[in-house]
Amino acid sequence: MSSVPTTPHVAVAPGLTGNSAAEQRTHLIAFAVMALIFALAPLVVYPVFMMKVMCFALFACAFNLLIGFGGLLSFGHAMFLGFAGYASAHAAKIWGFTPEFAILFGTACATLLGWLAGMLAIRRQGIYFAMITLALAQMVFFFCLQAPFTGGEDGIQAVPRGRLFGFIDMSQPLAMYALVLAIFLGGFAFIYRVVHSPFGQVLKAIRENEQRAISLGYDTDRFKLVAFVLSATLAGLAGATKALVFQLASLTDVHWSMSGEVVLMTLLGGLGTVFGPVVGAAVIITMQNYLAQLGAWVTVVQGVIFVICVLAFRRGIVGELGAWLKKSL
Amino acid sequence: MTEIFGVPTQALFGQLLIGLINGSFYALLSLGLAVIFGLLNIINFAHGAQYMMGAFVAYLLLNKLGIGYWWALVIVPLVVGASGVVIERLMLSRLYKLDHLYGLLLTFGLALIIQGLFRNEYGSSGQPYQIPEQLMGGQNLGFMFLPNYRAWIIGASLVVCLSTWFVIERTRLGAYLRAATENPQLVQAFGVNVPRMITLTYGFGVALAALAGVMAAPVYQVSPQMGADLIIVVFAVVVIGGMGSILGAVVTGFGLGLIEGLTKVFYPEASATVIFIIMAIVLLVRPAGLFGTQK
Repeated sequence: MSSVPTTPHVAVAPGLTGNSAAEQRTHLIAFAVMALIFALAPLVVYPVFMMKVMCFALFACAFNLLIGFGGLLSFGHAMFLGFAGYASAHAAKIWGFTPEFAILFGTACATLLGWLAGMLAIRRQGIYFAMITLALAQMVFFFCLQAPFTGGEDGIQAVPRGRLFGFIDMSQPLAMYALVLAIFLGGFAFIYRVVHSPFGQVLKAIRENEQRAISLGYDTDRFKLVAFVLSATLAGLAGATKALVFQLASLTDVHWSMSGEVVLMTLLGGLGTVFGPVVGAAVIITMQNYLAQLGAWVTVVQGVIFVICVLAFRRGIVGELGAWLKKSL
Repeated sequence: MTEIFGVPTQALFGQLLIGLINGSFYALLSLGLAVIFGLLNIINFAHGAQYMMGAFVAYLLLNKLGIGYWWALVIVPLVVGASGVVIERLMLSRLYKLDHLYGLLLTFGLALIIQGLFRNEYGSSGQPYQIPEQLMGGQNLGFMFLPNYRAWIIGASLVVCLSTWFVIERTRLGAYLRAATENPQLVQAFGVNVPRMITLTYGFGVALAALAGVMAAPVYQVSPQMGADLIIVVFAVVVIGGMGSILGAVVTGFGLGLIEGLTKVFYPEASATVIFIIMAIVLLVRPAGLFGTQK
C-alpha cells in the first residue's frame, strides 16, 4: 500500500491559483450575467423548475467547496440536504415558524450534523473519507426512515410556505422566486468569498500538499473541519429552502443516490471551478426533467455521464470552456 | 420454552444464524474489496452491482439454459470476472496515474449503469431462486433448527476466505502479489508482468463478488437493488476492519454480522444502524481500523 503517491489531489481546472484584478473582473461579469439569467428565466421557463435548479446549484456549489478547494470527496452530502429539509419542514409545519426562521433552523441543524460528521470523517483521508461520509449518510437515512417526526416513507407533506418576516405571502410564486434567488446568489457570493480568502488559500495548500501545510504550522485538521462544516451548512441551506419550495421533505433527499447526483453535477460542470457546479446542476436537472418518463434509464444515462466525465472529460463543461478561453471560470 | 435475558433461545439462535449468514457475505465482499484495493489502490464501488450480477447470471443460467446451482458456482464467477477484466483493461487502467478518487467515481458510474440496466429489464421486484436439492432440509441441533443451505453458506464462505488468505500469504503467486502491492516498479524490473497481474487481481476480486452473489441467490431474492445498500454496509465493515489484512477483513465481516444479529434480538430499532455506529466509535478510538495501520 506504500505505492500511494504522497500528493493525492484531484485535477482541477487551470487558474484559481491567483486572484488577479483581471480575473476578479471576469468573475464579476460572469456573476452578473448569471444573476440576470436566473432573474429573467421565469419569463420563459417554469418558475418551480428554475427554483429547483437554484437549490441544486447551491447544493453543488457547497459540495464543490469541499472537493474542489479542499480536495475532500464527500459521498454523503445528501444527509445535509435532506436532514435540513426535514428540520425546516417540521419547524414550518408543526411549530409554525415563519419561512426565514424555518430555513435558519434547518440550516443550523445541518451545521450541527456537519460538525459531528466532520469530526469523524476527517480522521481518515482520500478513499476512506468518501466511504465514511457515505456510511454516515446511510445512518442518517435510516434515522430519517424510522424517526417519528419525519413521516417515514410519506415524508413531511403540505409544508406551509408561510409569510416571510410575518407579512410577505410566500404562496405568491414571485415572492418565493425572489427569496430563492436571493438565497442562491447570496450563498454563491459567500462561497466565492470563502474560496478567495486567506482561509481558502490555506485550504488549497492543504489539498496540494498536506504534509507541507502541517510543517508550515497550520492545524490542517481544523481547517478541514471548518471547510466541512461550511460545506454542510450551505448544503443544508439549499435543502431547507428546497423543502419550502416544494412544500415537501422526503427520503429521496437523504438517499445515497442524491449524494451521487451532487458529485455528478459538480464533476460534469467542472470540479474546482467557480461556475461549474451551477452549470452542472442545470444540465442534470434539465436532463432529469426530460428523461423522467424513461424511468430507470435516467440512472443509466447518469452512469454513462459519470464514466465519460472520468475517462475523457475531467475538467467538466466550465473547465473546458475556461481552458478554451484561457480564463479561469 | 427456555429463555436467555428474556429472549427465547429459538429467536436468539435464529438471529445469530442470520447474523452469521450476513457476516459471510460481508466477509466475502470486504475480502474482494481489500484484494482489489491492495493492488489497484481503488475502491471498487461497482462491487455491489457485480454481486447482484452474480446472482442474476445464476438466475438466468437456471431459467434460460437449465444450468443448475453447482455449475453456476463455477461458471458465474468466470463470466462476471471476465467482465471485470474487460472493465479493467478498457477503463480502470487509464486512471492509475490519476488521483484514486477517479477510480471510485468511475466504478460508481459503472454501478449506476449496471443496476439501471437490470432494473429496466427485470423491474424492482425480486425473483426467487430455488435451493439446490442436495441442500434442502435441515438438522435439528436440539436447541435450534439449522437449515442445510445456511450451514453450507457459512462453511463455503469460510473455506473461500481461508483459501484466499492461504494463496496470498503462503504461496509464490501471493508473494508476487504482496511484493507488487509494496513496490510495483521493482517487481516489474524483476520480470513479473505487473499490468497483467493487476488485471487478473481485479478479475479475481470481481469473481469473488459474483460468487457471493450466487450463494446469496437462494437466501435473498434476486433483485437489481440487492447490492446497492449492501455495499454501503460493506464499506463500513472495511473502515472498521481496515484494509491492511485479509484475516482482519474476514474476522470483522463475521463479527459484525453476529453483532447485527444480536441487535435484532435485543434492540431491533438499531439493527440497521448498529454497524455505522460501531464505525463511528472505531473511528474515534482507533482511526486506522481494528486491523489497519495508519500511514
